[in-house]
Amino acid sequence: METTTKTNLEDFRLETRKWLEENCPASMRKPVRDSNDFFWGGRNAQFGSEDQKIWFERMLEKKWIVPYWDTKYGGGGLSNEENNILTQEMARLGCRKPIFSFGISMLGPALHKFASEEQKMRFLPEITAGKTWWCQGYSEPNAGSDLAGLQTKAEDKGDHYLINGSKVWTSYADKSDWIFCLVRTDFEAPKHNGISFLLIDMASEGVSTRPIKLISGKSPFCETFFDNVKVPKENLIGTLNDGWSIAKYLLTHERQMIGGVGETDIRQELHKTAKAYLPLQDGKISDGVLRHEIAVQEMNDSIFEMTIQRIMDEAKTGVNAGALSSFFKYYGTEQNVSRMELLTAITGSEGLQWEGDNEDAKVQVRRLCRSKGNTIEGGTSEIQLGIISKRILNLPS
Amino acid sequence: MTLILNEEQKMLKDSANEFLAMNSPVEKFRTLRDENYKPFDKELWQEIVEMGWTALTIPEQYNGLDFGYVGFGQVLEEMGKCLTKAPLLSSIGLCATALVKSSNEELKNNWIPELMNGTKHMAFAQDEKTYFDPTSIETTASESSNGYLINGSKIMVIDGGSADAFIVTANTSDNETALFVIDSKAEGVTIHTETLLDAGTYANIHFNQVSIKNEDRLSDKGKGDELLNYINNTAAICLSAEMLGIVTEAFDQTIAYLQERQQFGKRIGSYQALQHRAAKLFCEIELCKSVVIKALQALDKGDVNIDKLASLAKAKLGETIKLTTNEAIQMHGGIGVTDDVNIGFYFKRARVAQRLFGDYSYHLDRYARLNAY
Repeated sequence: METTTKTNLEDFRLETRKWLEENCPASMRKPVRDSNDFFWGGRNAQFGSEDQKIWFERMLEKKWIVPYWDTKYGGGGLSNEENNILTQEMARLGCRKPIFSFGISMLGPALHKFASEEQKMRFLPEITAGKTWWCQGYSEPNAGSDLAGLQTKAEDKGDHYLINGSKVWTSYADKSDWIFCLVRTDFEAPKHNGISFLLIDMASEGVSTRPIKLISGKSPFCETFFDNVKVPKENLIGTLNDGWSIAKYLLTHERQMIGGVGETDIRQELHKTAKAYLPLQDGKISDGVLRHEIAVQEMNDSIFEMTIQRIMDEAKTGVNAGALSSFFKYYGTEQNVSRMELLTAITGSEGLQWEGDNEDAKVQVRRLCRSKGNTIEGGTSEIQLGIISKRILNLPS
Repeated sequence: MTLILNEEQKMLKDSANEFLAMNSPVEKFRTLRDENYKPFDKELWQEIVEMGWTALTIPEQYNGLDFGYVGFGQVLEEMGKCLTKAPLLSSIGLCATALVKSSNEELKNNWIPELMNGTKHMAFAQDEKTYFDPTSIETTASESSNGYLINGSKIMVIDGGSADAFIVTANTSDNETALFVIDSKAEGVTIHTETLLDAGTYANIHFNQVSIKNEDRLSDKGKGDELLNYINNTAAICLSAEMLGIVTEAFDQTIAYLQERQQFGKRIGSYQALQHRAAKLFCEIELCKSVVIKALQALDKGDVNIDKLASLAKAKLGETIKLTTNEAIQMHGGIGVTDDVNIGFYFKRARVAQRLFGDYSYHLDRYARLNAY
């Protein structure tokens, strides 16, 4: 591993800070409002604003779309220390990520670990260039919590696989270019041992999608249907029938993402909102019950942040944090849900407005509804608690 | 700064763990209790001194090790696991901290060496009411010809029954909080000990026209509240470290029980109703570990957010220690409410620890106040 001296790192920090200050447009330093406010990349990439375009292109030129990947895949080749500094400096200025990409956060790590060098050279540079929008095909109508019970079938037809079946909860399937998919390649084997990990071009003949409307309204979720879709054999990642190992590995990345690890911008200071909305007595929120709930929420939010840092620090010393992603996912999403409930309680009748002119209120009430999905998607809270009890606490089955 | 122990701190924690497993297992606690609630074992205390634990937080200029509170906290955590009784928190964590922080060089030079070598120990006397309210003090210190006359009563003084001296909070005639060092044998001091739920002895102390010298005033003029606040922050954080040990040990014993106890022909740890509750406890305990090390580090670096961190730590540990010890007993089932197993000791110690230096609601309220709501 490359060793960087302290002085070099300090220089790197100063240069990085200067560069970010000079190159990150002001509007890209504001928190993201919702998923439409992100740049997603892809074949038909569309920028939401001129600043978004400028920011993406400058970061791309700097090779900082994925700063910690190897330069041969279009990454920035930064060391862990340098990447931490970049993350810290971006957080300090409030800089957004230049792109939101499941290719970076989920598929990338799996390809690094399981794909052949040829496959890496084929797919990773497209990710670092923001040219492929990836979506994930895991859940099925009859395989939710019991994911390994999935039935989408991939039949061996010599030079290709023939895919038939359907996926559900495929975020942005209607906009994506490619999907990474779990398919059944062996119907005789025990359910965990007959699954393979396949990459499928969404432009293939026989692929169709249908959006899903949620209690929060429009959503990026889709159903995705595969009707006699031909997929070249070289798109299989890892070993045939060993896709479950990849799935599990990848799920740990997804869980950390949903748990909000590393994304502090979505945590707001509840008490400031509370003081603006609620009656006060000597500067204190006079509703003692609500004040108590806010304090509990803020106590746990702030200690959860410390815990993320502590476990990351431990992971750097080689302590295996694998199963802890279930802790992150469980605790982080439960906190999200209770935070949205509190925000709704605090803002009273305003926090209930579904239609009307108050844009903030409308966004908030939908976030309340959407948060209910947080403790379900990526493995329900109950599934996570099961993983903690079996893999961390070693409780018997 | 990373939120993990460095190599020296890890070594200290391991050696404390090893030493206590050998010299102060929980059975020792049971023996002391059964010997008419003996406060602590003097031989063990001397060995603790030899281990250097009384010198960890003392600066080098007073011949201490200057090792810091993170290390001190590891020792307290290990002591919490074994329910070890020793005046380490009271005499060193509270009183030596107060002495070091003060500017009264005479008191420092007189007391710090003796506290460190364990020949004497001191106790901190501040509580006056059933609830924790350190700043409303009714004990008075009225100025006399060459010093002060102390009048008032203190309760819940940890290790107060055997202490050689007390640090006492009192109100001066100009209505200012001040701290004094008072010899436990001084005329007018009466001590009455009480045994609480945790089998610990706590002292109620009455001061009747106790005469002390000007030099025995520990806090400078106008600095009493600041010093008192610092001691209470330190106390809350150090006790949180001990509570973390209680929490993790009660949890580990419970998990071990879930893994072995059979009912309906299966180990009870295989039942989801218990698994999920255990997993939730695990999560809360992960949070406890983080806030304790963060707060201990804050003591070492003189963090400006020390008030908030002390309250966060004590509130979170107060909440979790209650939850964990309650769940521990419930999951142990019938055996959990017998005196034959040790799990009840943790439940009992938890109740007292969470009251000392402010309970869950005190510190949650303080945290909210510090955030201006």
